[in-house]
Amino acid sequence: MWVNEPTTLTSAYTSAGQTYYTSGKIFDGLVEYDFDMKPKPKLATSWDLSADGLTLRFTLRNDVKWHDGKPFTSSDLQYSALEVWRKLHPRGRSTWANLADVETPNATTAIFRFSKPSPYVLNALISPEAQVLPRHLYEGKDVLTNPANIAPVGNGPFRFKEWQRGDYILLERNPDYWNKGKPYLDQIIYRVIPDAASRSVAFEANEIDIGGGIPISLADARRLEKIPTLEIPERGAEAYGNNTFLEVNVRRPHLQDKRVRRALLHSLDRNFILKNIFFNFGQVATGPIPYTIGTFYTADVPKYEYSLDKANSLLDEAGQKRSADGTRFKMTIDVLPFGEYYFRLADYLKQQLTLLGIVAEIRNADFATYYRRIYTDYDFDITCSGASALTDPTIGVQRFFWSKNIIKGVPFSNGTGYSNPEVDAILEAAQTEIDPQKRVALFHQFQQKVVDDLPILPMCDVPYFTVKNRAVKNTEISPFGISDNFAEAYIEG
Amino acid sequence: MTSYFQVILSRIVQAAITVLGIVAINFVVLNLAPGDMAEVMAGQAGGAGEGYIEQIRAQFGLDQPLIVRFGHYLANLLQFDLGYSFSRNLPVSTVLFERLPATLLLMGSAIGLAFLIGGVLGAFAARRANSFADTIISVISVLGYATPLFWLGLMMVLLFTIKLGWLPSSGMRTIGSRATGWAAFFDLVRHAAMPTVTLALFYIAVFTRLMRASVLQVSGLDFVTTARAKGATEGQVYRHHIYGNAILPVVTMLGVQIGSMLGGSVVVETIFGWPGLGRLTFDAIFSRDVNLLLGVLFLSSLLVVAVNLIVDLLYTWLDPRIALAS
Repeated sequence: MWVNEPTTLTSAYTSAGQTYYTSGKIFDGLVEYDFDMKPKPKLATSWDLSADGLTLRFTLRNDVKWHDGKPFTSSDLQYSALEVWRKLHPRGRSTWANLADVETPNATTAIFRFSKPSPYVLNALISPEAQVLPRHLYEGKDVLTNPANIAPVGNGPFRFKEWQRGDYILLERNPDYWNKGKPYLDQIIYRVIPDAASRSVAFEANEIDIGGGIPISLADARRLEKIPTLEIPERGAEAYGNNTFLEVNVRRPHLQDKRVRRALLHSLDRNFILKNIFFNFGQVATGPIPYTIGTFYTADVPKYEYSLDKANSLLDEAGQKRSADGTRFKMTIDVLPFGEYYFRLADYLKQQLTLLGIVAEIRNADFATYYRRIYTDYDFDITCSGASALTDPTIGVQRFFWSKNIIKGVPFSNGTGYSNPEVDAILEAAQTEIDPQKRVALFHQFQQKVVDDLPILPMCDVPYFTVKNRAVKNTEISPFGISDNFAEAYIEG
Repeated sequence: MTSYFQVILSRIVQAAITVLGIVAINFVVLNLAPGDMAEVMAGQAGGAGEGYIEQIRAQFGLDQPLIVRFGHYLANLLQFDLGYSFSRNLPVSTVLFERLPATLLLMGSAIGLAFLIGGVLGAFAARRANSFADTIISVISVLGYATPLFWLGLMMVLLFTIKLGWLPSSGMRTIGSRATGWAAFFDLVRHAAMPTVTLALFYIAVFTRLMRASVLQVSGLDFVTTARAKGATEGQVYRHHIYGNAILPVVTMLGVQIGSMLGGSVVVETIFGWPGLGRLTFDAIFSRDVNLLLGVLFLSSLLVVAVNLIVDLLYTWLDPRIALAS
């Protein structure tokens, strides 16, 4: 199994993908999700959100032990929620913002009290998003520098064995796993192979069995797919809702006019992009919520077909006339330095902008410089970027559009400077709406509004995918796929 | 003999000052770059809530003025404490010493291979200057000089891993194998073969060219003519008079190239998933883990300074007429 080297092996205070893949095997979640994103029992046997949305009551299994033999109880959950998720988890801080207290009347019951209704928390309970840490190893110590972060003691189907940095991480079967008879695998070895081309080779040479999160370049994926021993399963990454988009800095005078932003989108042939840059993985995006989150997605939004004529006339209309040399204005394109396809997208964007008379300059930087430019200094015109919408738009999408999320210095917040009171109102209503139907309706409305305004131009929804050996079975049994605990996974033959 | 050690001592003092200068420059330059670790951590985490970044900055002391941080760093360094790597959750020294052996092994075997093959090929080519064999060697060395490392590495993987299935494509040992002794050694050799050759090829080319030129130059000198006139056989002339002198510039080059080899090892370690310092450097840059990066740079500057000192000592041993002090 391939993984980029994680920095820590617990997801309780980080949401880095590399950590997800490993740590989900060591720690079980309170629940797991089926493909409709409905929770199913795991460590919690039942849960109940009160009618007013202010009380969430969990009943926990009573036969779960930490890997060091200590019992798992509601006190661990209380500690993790109050001291770790709410304070340290980068998304947890907003997910659990309204969490006032956790009561533990007995070892198997935990009652979460909220100051405001927070129905979306039910979509954030899988292990990587809300990981319960062993209180007895963490309490009274600094969480971020705790040695248990890199040699974790979990309660999941696999126990941490050893970590040779830069080389591999070894997990072994937990013989005392609460789900008797499982897991089937004796051990899981994570190989650290930093180079995508080398990973392709390792798949081809049958040196690795499975890798997730777009483990190889998209072009290589189409090639490897044809090798009889390998496959790219259709399912198993829906929960990440990965999408690509262009963020437009609406503070810039010439980009303030939404006709200009619409012109930009009209100038891009997104079917061409899907085919030639994303090798037909995924679909052309219609809006900020990817089609992979079926419940909240709607295609009923304003459409922007590929038309240079429309783009040109919209620009003229907006007062961005061509000067004598045929150019209109200059723009910079900043590329998220993650995956080659953002660079290909930037190349194409630059090319198309030239046709509109817009002179674009592609800027290439490392992560730190990129984040500083886009989310702190706001020194950019347009980005080629992408992010995960995750399991619930309140958790994964709201951050880019909510005006209260214009927070200097926070990556993947509202960097465009978009502020629309109507959209804010919708998002805030959806945050506390208990009725699932009404929430869905609110998010449909949200998609229509922001696709009309276009602070962010949707490109393609390119789901994360897994590449694996066909002999590996039962690894895509939930929308979290490769991040799941692999208790059921086995190798045929 | 006392003066010999005095000279070495003064060289070490000089080296220490050099390294200190390097540390200061690195510290300032690294902190001048826009963006910091807190932002990268938040970015990796896929966003963050309000206050998260400030909290991280405060925790890692990034909110203090540069000069204060530099003072802390220097004070710690003087106690051989390289600080804490927050991206790795370990002290920097632990991270470095975990990775150092792999890099030393790779660089040592590559440079040894390059020195040996380059020296032999160069000497051979020079003795048969302008022959067919000389031309072949020259062509091969120009190709070796011009071939990009990453391309060569991938082509070797294509041939030896995918087509022939002889060698593993990455890693340093077979994971989970409990082999010891010879079995473990051969396992290591199998894993190290492709990265070593990939890294060595460029230097083989450099050393071949240099050795050839050097041998040709030395063989035209007066003392060689004298040796011949005294009736020494061709073999004796080459063994006793030419090779020893011709090797000096190659040794100099060896010292100079160690620094650039560290750069090359980033590429090779990335392609072959070799758990060494090169790849660590790359990761440290991307995660803006300044402590870790400073540690890597500190260690590599120590390495380069030490190698140069050793090369100088080697010089006086190879040719006692060269005084150490000058």
